[in-house]
Amino acid sequence: MQQRQRIIELNVNGETHTLAVEPQRTLLEVLRDNLGLTGAKRGCDQGYCNACTVLVDGKAVNSCLILAVRAQGKRITTIEGLSHNGRMHPLQEAFVNRGAIQCGFCTPGMVLTAKALLDANPDPSEMQIRRAISGNLCRCTGYVKVVEAIKEAARVLKTGGAA
Amino acid sequence: MKEYSVVGKRLPRIDSPAKAMGQAKYAADLVLPRMLHGKVLRSPHPHARILNIDTSQAEGLPGVKAVVTGKDTKGVKFGGWRAFTQLIDQYPLCMDKVRYIGDEVAAVAAVDEDTAEEALDLIRVDYEPLQAILDPEAAMKEGAPRIHEEVERNICWSRFIEFGNVEEGFARSDYVREDNFSLQTQAYAPTEPRACLASFDHAGRLTIWTSTQCPYPVQCQLAAALGLREGDVRVVQPFLGGGFGAKFELFPYEVCCSLLAQKTGRPVKMMYTRQEEFSASRTRHAMKIWLKTGFKKDGTLMARQARAVLDGGAYTSFGPTVTFTAGFFHTLLYRLPNYKYEGYRVFTNKPPSSGMRGIGAVQPFFAGETQMDMVARDLGIDPIELRLKNARQPNEVIPKLTTVNSCGLSECLTKVGESTRWHERQSKLPPGRGIGIACAGQQSGGAFNWFRTRLAFSNARVRANDDGTVVLFAGAADIGQGSSTVLCQILAEELGVRFEDVSIVAADTGTTPVDIGTWGSRVTFQAGNAVRAAAIELKKQLFAVVAPKLNADPVDLDIKDRKIFAKGRPEPSMPFPEAVTAAQAANKGKILEVAGSYHPEGKGIVSPAYSFVAVVAEVEVDRETGQVKVDRLTVAHDCGQPINPMSVEGQVEGSVHMGLGYALTEQVVSEKGEMLNPSFLDYRIPTALDMPEVKIIEVITDEPEGPFGAKEAGEGCVAPVAPAIANAIYDAIGVRVKDLPITPEKVLKALREAQPNS
Repeated sequence: MQQRQRIIELNVNGETHTLAVEPQRTLLEVLRDNLGLTGAKRGCDQGYCNACTVLVDGKAVNSCLILAVRAQGKRITTIEGLSHNGRMHPLQEAFVNRGAIQCGFCTPGMVLTAKALLDANPDPSEMQIRRAISGNLCRCTGYVKVVEAIKEAARVLKTGGAA
Repeated sequence: MKEYSVVGKRLPRIDSPAKAMGQAKYAADLVLPRMLHGKVLRSPHPHARILNIDTSQAEGLPGVKAVVTGKDTKGVKFGGWRAFTQLIDQYPLCMDKVRYIGDEVAAVAAVDEDTAEEALDLIRVDYEPLQAILDPEAAMKEGAPRIHEEVERNICWSRFIEFGNVEEGFARSDYVREDNFSLQTQAYAPTEPRACLASFDHAGRLTIWTSTQCPYPVQCQLAAALGLREGDVRVVQPFLGGGFGAKFELFPYEVCCSLLAQKTGRPVKMMYTRQEEFSASRTRHAMKIWLKTGFKKDGTLMARQARAVLDGGAYTSFGPTVTFTAGFFHTLLYRLPNYKYEGYRVFTNKPPSSGMRGIGAVQPFFAGETQMDMVARDLGIDPIELRLKNARQPNEVIPKLTTVNSCGLSECLTKVGESTRWHERQSKLPPGRGIGIACAGQQSGGAFNWFRTRLAFSNARVRANDDGTVVLFAGAADIGQGSSTVLCQILAEELGVRFEDVSIVAADTGTTPVDIGTWGSRVTFQAGNAVRAAAIELKKQLFAVVAPKLNADPVDLDIKDRKIFAKGRPEPSMPFPEAVTAAQAANKGKILEVAGSYHPEGKGIVSPAYSFVAVVAEVEVDRETGQVKVDRLTVAHDCGQPINPMSVEGQVEGSVHMGLGYALTEQVVSEKGEMLNPSFLDYRIPTALDMPEVKIIEVITDEPEGPFGAKEAGEGCVAPVAPAIANAIYDAIGVRVKDLPITPEKVLKALREAQPNS
């Protein structure tokens, strides 16, 4: 079932990668298998759990639902691109400090969804936060501390704590 | 309340930064050079005889490296019930028969997932379909076809509990009522679909990195299934994306993956799809419960009798424990003089049922706590007052079963009532709004040795280094509940060092001492006790060396803030690193490492300690649509001394979330044995928009058996959510729904039946 590979250029976390990929490969597969960026999780491969969320040109996207070849020319940010030299983004810090992480499998997708929200709306209401993460399924936290963490990060970012 | 320096603090978890930054590696993230990908062929029939399997075409597909069927296995069954070997009943790959849609028939290793998938389509299996038995009551009838040839009436396990005399108790009651309750099949639905990576070395020793809650039991069972010595199998748990009981046992795919690695001489990785995680793993037992209870007019509980029929699915799994606890939990909350229980777990041609968060607890508590509400209303007694009148008190014995040491149930009831202004609001809210209460309790790990291990249930080793760092080696598995953090807190507290001085190596049978695994809320309590025992031993060894240098008796020494000193005399003192250096020197450079263990010896047949919880639900019900909206859940929880209150809250909130889904939306729907909703779109776990406000009230007790007074935390809180919501629905609209989940259809049906003319 080998398909002819195509050469594509992907801009991921500020670096450009030249890759040979089969045209049917999803962005999630290429991030995980070709680039070793396993922070994006394969939770369902159907677009229902959002554990594979990455940012594409700043928007939260299910990387299991777009083909890698279609991501050419776009700016892709994965969870690995959010911290710099081990220094966490305020959202990541808030998730840690507020106890919003349990098993952690949904965390990368949850954090990036929150990042897209706060970039577009720095001062969201609780309902707007809940709506934004309503597609990110979590079986551990009941979302309580996740919502608290996003609120806290919004406060920190507004007062200039941006990473 | 005692003052601690590390215990009781809201510390962020030690593994959170790695998870937040995407560095944490789960089983599916692992890669080895020359690694192959494996896939499992599953039965499309609920019940069928295997006549022939032809793998030749699959083997000929380019890229396929190996195909295995039952014939390639040792042909021995595996299972965790080493104490009752007749319960060990699952083959790694089916030999002669398939027993549910999803049963493992063959497995393939290939160069990539697509090729492995394609090869599955090329395996030809001839089946002779057999009559599928899907209803447990029908399966129990004489003459029903047998799912396991040696099991009469398909009864996998039956359990009877009796104390006092129920007939006499009912005769002396002023009021007796009987009700039937029906509980659905719930899916575990962890966010991580399970995965494993198996690799053999040149000497034939296996290492498997796998999504498991129980490395040691998996090691033992995997070794037996492969015909290897236990010491030649190393099981490593990478980060785990949620368990809740789903990843508690050895699974056939782990044996298949190991076999394929053995056969090909290359590492093999297998990853479940989401559909497999839903339909070919385990489920919470569906249950039918008949419950009869007798009271005096003044509300004194006189007698209870219960019968439960559990839908076991195709294999034993952890079902016998559920069969027992489903009877035990009727005795826990209230002083009960007379009790009789019969429970039957029955095989059906469905995915096996097992122990899920609130193991064997959510079902009996739904029945008992819903009925309690009906009794209160019939007797004209406030539901909280009725519970308080009968509530379990500290240091009470439940005949033949267990002893309850600490118990904050009454305080939970009082506080949750005060916080929600219960007395002003119950039965007094506007139409369509209601408030309801329910309680539960939960064990702090099991005391019964089902695995028949000769070793203590929990073991820990602690190494002190002369730079002041301390390393904890513990077999206990952190599955996202935060146990590694809690164990480090317990160690730091006992040892008088800082939390940041402690690191942990956990859940790796090659490097960490045996632990029976993560189930039944046992880790904080049992592994915590083992860690504490090791820390006490380490202090003993340090004090023996330091005492002469401080002109003191070893028994008079203490350690705090990394300094050893004589109690009541802060100086002279010796810093902890210096003391470690001295201890090493006194033993010719031997590293300072000690072991500790805990085994619940002589603690009855259930558990050494119990948590308690009371939940009040506030709901709105739309009489037009039948829609139930939960506005707030107030939870008063007695977990002894919380080791990490932030983690306890997280466990409570997560349990409440799972209980909410169980109450309203979650249900495995199947037809002719096939799950019809094996995706997150069709199987509805509550989203962030469905989650109500959760208010948590800590009720702190001091559990004498637990480390620093700790006991079970959080898991117990899943059980009272559904009955609290059901009771609130009754308060809102005056109808009872006694089968879960409470869907809009059921609410509307109940409303129509209550008012046939409207």
